[in-house]
Amino acid sequence: PLWCDKVLLRASRRVEIAYFSHSQITRLYSRFHSLDKGENGALSREDFQRIPELAINPLGDRIINAFFPEGEDQVNFRGFMRTLAHFRPVEDNEKSKGHDASEPLNSRNNKLLFAFRLYDLDRDDKISRDELLQVLRMMVGVNISDEQLGSIADRTIQEADTNGDMSISFSEFIKVLEKVDVEQKMSIRFLH
Amino acid sequence: ANCLARYWPCYVMLTGCSVTPLLVFIIVPAILGVSFGIRRIYMKTLLKIFEWATLRMERGAKERNQQLYKPCSNGIIAKEPVSLEQEIQEPRGGGGEFDMSDILYFCRRGVESIVDDEVTKRFTAEELESWNLLTRSNYNLHHISARLTVLWGLGVLIRYGFLLPLRVTLAVTGVGLLVVLTSIVGWLPNSRMKKYLSEKVNLMCYRICVRALTAIITYHDSDNKPKNGGICVANHTSPIDVLILASDGCYSMVGQAHGGLMGFIQKTLVKACPHIWFERSEVKDRHLVAKRLSDHVADKTKLPILIFPEGTCINNTSVMMFKKGSFEIDCTIYPVAIKYDPRFGNAFWNSSKFRMVTYLLHMMSSWAVVCSVWYLPPMKREEGEDAVQFANRVKSAIARKGGLVDLLWDGGLKRSKVKEVFKEEQQKLYSKVLVSRQEDPEHS
Repeated sequence: PLWCDKVLLRASRRVEIAYFSHSQITRLYSRFHSLDKGENGALSREDFQRIPELAINPLGDRIINAFFPEGEDQVNFRGFMRTLAHFRPVEDNEKSKGHDASEPLNSRNNKLLFAFRLYDLDRDDKISRDELLQVLRMMVGVNISDEQLGSIADRTIQEADTNGDMSISFSEFIKVLEKVDVEQKMSIRFLH
Repeated sequence: ANCLARYWPCYVMLTGCSVTPLLVFIIVPAILGVSFGIRRIYMKTLLKIFEWATLRMERGAKERNQQLYKPCSNGIIAKEPVSLEQEIQEPRGGGGEFDMSDILYFCRRGVESIVDDEVTKRFTAEELESWNLLTRSNYNLHHISARLTVLWGLGVLIRYGFLLPLRVTLAVTGVGLLVVLTSIVGWLPNSRMKKYLSEKVNLMCYRICVRALTAIITYHDSDNKPKNGGICVANHTSPIDVLILASDGCYSMVGQAHGGLMGFIQKTLVKACPHIWFERSEVKDRHLVAKRLSDHVADKTKLPILIFPEGTCINNTSVMMFKKGSFEIDCTIYPVAIKYDPRFGNAFWNSSKFRMVTYLLHMMSSWAVVCSVWYLPPMKREEGEDAVQFANRVKSAIARKGGLVDLLWDGGLKRSKVKEVFKEEQQKLYSKVLVSRQEDPEHS
């Protein structure tokens, strides 16, 4: 049964409680539980891939990867909520103020970092030409030729790269997206 | 044990005396096709009890200053129905086809589907607004008061001690009679009398089985009932769907030939009435299937065929993709919408979680099976419409009438992975956007 108060008590001692209300946490737990086919309190990559709308998303695998910390292949409810917290709209920040000095998970900066990590395949804090090509290939499939894709990648890096190292760092990434309404595009409206 | 040995004739007589009048009370109306209305009174009483239970739980929650969990009827999140083209083709500053912010659309959609998607929730039982005193659907246990616990305990006693044995007896009687009587009718030479008897026998036995489940069915628009030479299609929630439709009309059923008890029943039924059973090997051969169905509908003396085009059981909150096979045949389609009331028991058969026997036991120990059946006006394939479009049109009509969500997703996703071709469609769409930007850099 889902109304395990123990889980909620444990969760309430964590920071994630600041991002979601009590009823939202219970609903998210219900969702987590329904995805967890093995009923072992953690989700694997296969559990995510079972969602058809995610499986047909060209960047599905990259998004799934964002839930799993480095080297792990199980994510528990706390990790699940933590990743989802990035998508809280930015205005609802009042609850998280004063919790600690660090930036809230759903700040513009952290949303941009989430997006940056979708490109950064080897997690070395740089988007190389090769990584950009791989992600582009995921998004376009077989519909665009290698040469055209290569020139798109070259042009993108040329425009973004300011320190001449032929790759895009996080600060260069922020500059490229400075005019984009990241708060709106990377927010999901959670109902109460 | 000593007691039992000495007084067993008394026990038998006692059981007989108490059970027989009940059986007579139920079987005679089934034979005559009439109803005393007892089941509806039972249903109304149950509803009043559920309402009272909900009020008590809300009061209990308030006293403890907690929030009562209400399942997400509107969903956990609000999704903006924005398409790929709309979002990405907003006017942007820089030229060039690709923008690093394009990824944000896919990212958000992906995470939205992780929190709430349209498909996976159709393969588990629907969550109820309020508790219906069944353990299998409760989720507010800590708000139960002493009175509610007593009520629930009473419910368990009634359901397992009285209702379940009664229902099992009725079910066995119904199936037994069906097998015996159809065998007898099967011996008769083919004539109008045989057809008439076969229909009566089938109706009678299915009505007994319906009472075995305490099914309270409301049929709407019976003038649209399927006629000979047509195909009846309905949304599929459970094996009980067949019973519900067959107790109100006569159909030729389509299915795979099983072995064992099921196979024996199938062989017996087909003696009296031309059902269409396929061998496992024949099922794969689409032309063979289509031919047998076409031959059947061409013969106007044969009963309408009953088919469930979804191909699998769905949880009765939506209608999923209809397989086009039955819509390729040139004949009239009679759509039927079936909607169960989840308050009295969950009718959905989750075949990956429960075996058929467990499922039937659940059904027979629920309060009742309450459902509505709508017979929709017949439809035919129009000029220039292909089978898939026709199937979607019928599906929408059924979804609208039954108050169900109309989905294009395949019910087969319950067990299998989604086909790569759908991802390729998304990739193609995005590529088109890139190319159109390149050709027209001013207006993205």
